Amino acid sequence: MQLIAQIAFLVVLVAGIAFFTKNIRRVIRNVKLGKKIDRTDKPGERFAKMARVALGQSKMVKKPFSGFLHIIVYLGFIIINIEVLEIIIDGVFGTHRILAFLGSGYNFLIGTFEILAFLVFVGVVIFWLRRNVTNIYRFLGNELKGWPKNDANYILYFEMVLMILFITMNAADLQLQLNGVYHYAQESGVIMGSFPISQFLSPLFEGLSESTLIIIERTAWWLHIIGILLFLNYLYYSKHLHILLAFPNVYLSKLTVQGKFDNLEAVTNEVKLMMDPDADPYAMPEEGAEEEVPEKFGASDVMDLNQVQLLNAYTCTECGRCTAECPANQTGKKLSPRKIMMDTRDRLEEVGNIINKKGSFEDDGKQLLDNYILREELWACTTCNACVEACPIGIDPLSIILDMRRYLVMEQSAAPSDLANAMTNIENNGAPWPYNQMDRLNWANEK
Amino acid sequence: MADAIKVPTMAEYMAQGKKPEVLFWVGCAGSFDDRAKRITKAFVKLLHEAKVDFAVLGTEESCTGDPAKRAGNEFLFQMQAATNIEVLNGYEIKKVVTACPHCFNTLKNEYPALGGDYEVIHHTTFLKSLLEEGRLKVEGGKFKGKRITFHDPCYLGRANNVYEAPRDLLRKLEVELIEMRKCKKNGLCCGAGGGQMFKEPEPGNKDVNIERTEQAMEVKPDIIAAGCPFCNTMMTDGVKNKNQEGNIEVMDVAEMIANAHDL
Repeated sequence: MQLIAQIAFLVVLVAGIAFFTKNIRRVIRNVKLGKKIDRTDKPGERFAKMARVALGQSKMVKKPFSGFLHIIVYLGFIIINIEVLEIIIDGVFGTHRILAFLGSGYNFLIGTFEILAFLVFVGVVIFWLRRNVTNIYRFLGNELKGWPKNDANYILYFEMVLMILFITMNAADLQLQLNGVYHYAQESGVIMGSFPISQFLSPLFEGLSESTLIIIERTAWWLHIIGILLFLNYLYYSKHLHILLAFPNVYLSKLTVQGKFDNLEAVTNEVKLMMDPDADPYAMPEEGAEEEVPEKFGASDVMDLNQVQLLNAYTCTECGRCTAECPANQTGKKLSPRKIMMDTRDRLEEVGNIINKKGSFEDDGKQLLDNYILREELWACTTCNACVEACPIGIDPLSIILDMRRYLVMEQSAAPSDLANAMTNIENNGAPWPYNQMDRLNWANEK
Repeated sequence: MADAIKVPTMAEYMAQGKKPEVLFWVGCAGSFDDRAKRITKAFVKLLHEAKVDFAVLGTEESCTGDPAKRAGNEFLFQMQAATNIEVLNGYEIKKVVTACPHCFNTLKNEYPALGGDYEVIHHTTFLKSLLEEGRLKVEGGKFKGKRITFHDPCYLGRANNVYEAPRDLLRKLEVELIEMRKCKKNGLCCGAGGGQMFKEPEPGNKDVNIERTEQAMEVKPDIIAAGCPFCNTMMTDGVKNKNQEGNIEVMDVAEMIANAHDL
């Protein structure tokens, strides 16, 4: 019987990890559909930023209440995972509380896990109330209706259930130890672990028979570890990948000041050619030279974005801090930086699914522009960087907006007419208004 | 105050075989917009007052390309950049000061990779250094004790982390500096950036400048201080929209200092 349990555990564990690995490989493949971008410079500064922002949660606490709750859930998640290590060893070898030889250190650990589990439970309940009962602007957006709202709630339910199972398991285990049941209790009678929270639950189990207690303990134990593996595999289908991707995402985020936008290199080359008096405008490519594919300016679909932008899309957990700070969104415009990220991810998944089915991407008559992100959204942006500043994990929705505007303007000449006029003025007379460049110093002589 | 002011150009300096201490990049708004021209003149008066050896490009100056770039027209931006860099490098410019945060950001951050590497300073930072060097004196005068709130321009604040220079100058004016709910890193845009200045806003339930003006009005200021010609226009329009033009003035920090000097 014991051996069957061990084998069953191994099968579940391996299957859970294998399926997760398969999906993570899919994420990596999809991100690589984007253009290469070099973000390998200044590794020291990047590590420091990752330590501060991702590991240290420094930007989370800009909103003190939700930031504090998030830190509890985050710490709980990381620290309780040490216990998962023991659960896995126990599961594979059929042992019971294998790490108990650590003595008082072990008691301290289990006690800490219990308190954290309780705090995580409370935190998650408050998160649920914030999402479903109170009216918080960033949880009311149109883009959250339907699946995204359910998704967020499923994650919270998952975490609540996992914490309840963990505490129940410990409560039953404590009672079994107190009853001196073989395999659970030590011969010495010394209790393994300390149970600051579940000790209040175990009296409920006092009158139960040994076999009922074992069933409760085993059921909670199995559901807990299966739940963790399910949660791990749910990540890819949910908005919750940030618990893993926040780290590489912050590492790869922009280090320069926020006002500095990239200069398109392809344009630089063309401009140089135009300004170079020695350039031969009729130059033909050399015989046998590969015909260069003309580069597309800007982005109309996910493949035109760079790999960091696509990683951004998978990393976004839809918290909406960006949207809450966006001046366009606050004044009722359609633009929501969070929706930009959600659309990018949804389209990327769609492209990925085509590749899964057909082996390579085939045009499906859709693209990120128009089918997902509307022009009206793109033109509402003031490029103020509030969304970039607000993101706790270094996502840059503005760079996607800018790349899509570049496509609209340079490939489609589809700027709003007022803006097109301003650009014509800049081209003709060096100012966005129709004034003669020769009048540029007139102000000095005006009374 | 009504006299025309002397504004030397780089071409004149070149003809005399001289180089100025700093180039004043006026910008399109500063050159053509009636409201912004007053800021330009105020700043020039302060430069004279502090005996700064400066020059402007005059008719050789052209748009930095900022609105084109943010609107997505990278071609036009880089054409403008190439032209301006040729002029600036031709005069061997080392140091540039400008009263427009958009010009400031573009010249400082986006020109270097295109061959235009200069020390670029916003006028509030420059005025502050003049103060520290003792070349300019700032006293409260008529602004002493007035309630002033500073609206952070996105391209000065969030984009380039300059928050304190304009505030330090205001403190020197002995004003009562009050911060809006949204300020510094979390400041709300005036609504003009990213090319919005030159187009109608998308449909919504409010204009961004109205929202920002309402935030400013929450702190009941006598003056909304700005550091950007576009913010200045947007906030002025907002104040008018709220029928507060009799109660709240919108002024550039440089104008306030020049005003305190009775220049």
